[in-house]
Amino acid sequence: MLALIDYGSGNIHSVINALRREHADVELISDPARLADAEGVVLPGVGAFGDCVQGLQSRGIWEPIAEWLAADKPFLGICVGYQMLFDESEESPGVRGFGFFPGKVKRFGTPGLKVPQIGWNQLDLRSHPLWRGLPVRPHVYFVHSYFPAPQVDADVTAFSTYGETFAASAARGRVAGVQFHPEKSQAVGLGILRNFIASVPASAAAR
Amino acid sequence: MLTKRVIPCLDVHDGKVTRGVQFGRAEDGGLRNVGDPVELAIRYNDQGADEMVFFDITASAHGRSTMIDVIQRTAAHCFMPLTVGGGIRKTEDMHALLHAGADKVSINSSAIATPELISAGAEKFGSQCIVVSIDAKKVAPDRWEVFVQGGRKATGLDAVAWATEAVQRGAGEIVLNSIDADGTKAGYDLVITRRISEAVGVPVVASGGAGKLEHMVEVLDQGKADAVLAASIFHFGTYTVSDVKRYLAEHNLPVRLPESVGV
Repeated sequence: MLALIDYGSGNIHSVINALRREHADVELISDPARLADAEGVVLPGVGAFGDCVQGLQSRGIWEPIAEWLAADKPFLGICVGYQMLFDESEESPGVRGFGFFPGKVKRFGTPGLKVPQIGWNQLDLRSHPLWRGLPVRPHVYFVHSYFPAPQVDADVTAFSTYGETFAASAARGRVAGVQFHPEKSQAVGLGILRNFIASVPASAAAR
Repeated sequence: MLTKRVIPCLDVHDGKVTRGVQFGRAEDGGLRNVGDPVELAIRYNDQGADEMVFFDITASAHGRSTMIDVIQRTAAHCFMPLTVGGGIRKTEDMHALLHAGADKVSINSSAIATPELISAGAEKFGSQCIVVSIDAKKVAPDRWEVFVQGGRKATGLDAVAWATEAVQRGAGEIVLNSIDADGTKAGYDLVITRRISEAVGVPVVASGGAGKLEHMVEVLDQGKADAVLAASIFHFGTYTVSDVKRYLAEHNLPVRLPESVGV
């Protein structure tokens, strides 16, 4: 079973719709005890970095996720769910992220650039199982004002450019995060989710 | 590179997509039914639309529940960004639509009546969720005013000043609809689109007046719009979304063309 973490952040239903479409056995989980039954975790996130951290902490689900990450179990963070894998964010000074990837989340700062970035942008992919079957430079849908700047280059699995080049995705072991919204990225996004589900065989629904 | 978006707009009345022949005519009953919203959405999804806007022109309690059903059914088939507008007066209305599967909500006259609604929505759901839609009409050689009630009622607000205020209050995107151009098929109002696009630091979606493919190039290029919205030309089959994108690509505008995914 895939655990989709429900902690009061938006767009949960789009993610669940997309995962079910790709035949995942997915459950919305807000009770940390339920993680014991999960083989994989998907952490969405919409809104401010600090609010998302607080949302996880107040539901007692922060520590269980930190342990999940430390145990190198299958994990996909989306948008702020990706940003929280880093140390901290300019959006919410003083709030600590999971620190799974060393680095800070920064705001787009190129003069004259419209922020948030809203729309379809291209990925420059490095080799990673999540990208299996994708076109060479696929378009995916982004909505964000902040992006992570990983300190360790080897953590980066995809770049994109908006004013400046940034890490659109990072991964280490079985933990991955994406800044864009695969659940809103039509065939390319569904392909990425399909690859994630395939990496967690026990998360596929009986067909 | 961030691509220019092509966005079909579906005006929904009593669960059907309709199209008024000219601005404001929908409210008078001057409508043509063009189809089932979910079927049309799936068609545009298959044509490679970058996003879809649903506009509830009934804007009643009954219309709201119909719209929630439309959004839920669309979101189960179309994995793309969905925006809903029409009759949103409270953050509770926003919540209901976002919960149903919308990614953004678009507010127009209620934002003018209660500008605090913009900031309340932005605080609760994030600026990226809050679109402020503006109906602008040229009232003097160099002045565009904001109108409400289907273009019938002047507000006294200057369109550029109102767009700037809306963004300061937390709007993450502006949809600019030209009342003069809407329904004419004579092209977007390039001047006001450019003025607003240069005045605000968020994306601007141009709406109203699309009749030919050149109009889309003009408003993205000279009008500095980030996206184009159109209804009739798609509903009546004049052009498909893919026609528009191929044309934009031929004119050196960055667009997302169909991509094949293996496995």
